[in-house]
Amino acid sequence: MKKINTTVLAAAVALTTFLAAGCATEREHHASPEMMKKATIAVKRDFQEKGIAKMDRVATDKLQDICNRSGDNPSPEMAAMLESEQTTTLKLPADGNYMGDWKAGEKLAQSGQGLTWNAKAGAPNGGNCYNCHQISPEELSYGTIGPSLLGFGKTRGYTSETQKYAYAKIYNSKAFTACSAMPRFGHVGALDEKQIKDLVALLVDPKSPVNK
Amino acid sequence: MKYRIAIMAALAVTWTGSVLAQAKDPTIAGIEKYREMLGDDNPAELYEARGEILWKKAAGPKNVSLEKCDLGLGPGVVKGAYAKTPRYFGDAGRVMDIESRINWCRETIQGFSTADIVKKPFGSADKPSEIEDLLAYVVTASKGMKISPPNSHPKELEAFALGEALFHLRAGPYDFSCGTCHAVDGMRIRLQELPNLTKTADAKGAYTGWPAYRVSTSRLHSMQWRINDCFRQQRFPEPKYMSESVNALITFLAVMGEGAEYKGPALKR
Repeated sequence: MKKINTTVLAAAVALTTFLAAGCATEREHHASPEMMKKATIAVKRDFQEKGIAKMDRVATDKLQDICNRSGDNPSPEMAAMLESEQTTTLKLPADGNYMGDWKAGEKLAQSGQGLTWNAKAGAPNGGNCYNCHQISPEELSYGTIGPSLLGFGKTRGYTSETQKYAYAKIYNSKAFTACSAMPRFGHVGALDEKQIKDLVALLVDPKSPVNK
Repeated sequence: MKYRIAIMAALAVTWTGSVLAQAKDPTIAGIEKYREMLGDDNPAELYEARGEILWKKAAGPKNVSLEKCDLGLGPGVVKGAYAKTPRYFGDAGRVMDIESRINWCRETIQGFSTADIVKKPFGSADKPSEIEDLLAYVVTASKGMKISPPNSHPKELEAFALGEALFHLRAGPYDFSCGTCHAVDGMRIRLQELPNLTKTADAKGAYTGWPAYRVSTSRLHSMQWRINDCFRQQRFPEPKYMSESVNALITFLAVMGEGAEYKGPALKR
């Protein structure tokens, strides 16, 4: 009996956490799947390449299509399938080392540069992290679209599992939440292995201001 | 030019002052101070004044003025026309925002080529475009009126539905849609507050916030420009000027912002 109660309680806690997380990112979306399909056709007709932004960018992939059609709310089965597919594309560092230099990570987190049509081809992209997340306590100009990452390593533990989780999440957030608002930085090649390692260090290195 | 110097001077003074006085974003503090100094004045008035002259001047290959242009309320009616756009225009067979409609008149009445207009749609600080002048004149003539796009013709309803879908379309290297940032209450990018454009309260302010004179660029920006720059930041390719997609998005925003009182071109940092 006691065991059942614990299970029920754990499930209730998990559900509450899930709902709270769901509500925080819930977006109003009333467009029908048919209209979303029309929109994918309209952008192919009404957009044009400019600078580095070519038309292949509006050729949506399977994950984008399903998120678009479901209003970012796929069925649990569909979400699990997408997450599993995205997980298989994860490329973790061959050397098994996830940590870089947190100072380089901080610089990268600050930069919102890259991938716009007026960005230079081949120039390194920024991480855009502060646009959406609170990270180091010194930086007060942070966005709130994503959760606060203050104390990331301290809270989760300075373990290789935490490092690996951070690396994978930055590499492809959709491996964890199918229709997450966060870009798939490694998956699309916006950030390379060294850059992601530097960001992991910013989050998980005990010396990083994030964990002070 | 006089305005630009005044703006820069005002910003320089207030920037220094606000940095010393408070931790508030110096740019925001500067523009607030600058707004106070201007009172009801806005450099957009220069655009409006030039626009009125342009509107009434014979020009183009056909050498006629735009005074017979039908902005939706009948030939020659400028007052209140902007507040009732975007709308379906039978002669063009499509839904147009005010900027598309003014350019339609420039083509059909004055004989300008749309192909030429589309080549360089947006002006720069040193070389304002005529459309921005004309636009300032036309929108200012709806000052004090309520934003009320008709949203009743089947084509208008279709434009709204397409605009809404485009607003939520995730694509590009970052999987962003307009809604990634603009469909949730109370979010920020850095310190910039993001209006939830799917809710009337925020949409009213956002829709009437364009066209706007931007101090940081020293020029007037249209809603067509605003949409264009959103897609740049979304990492999309470029939306074609006056295309069905852009007009659909503007229709969506206008309908969401319905009922807002229009106060004339805005002033932004």
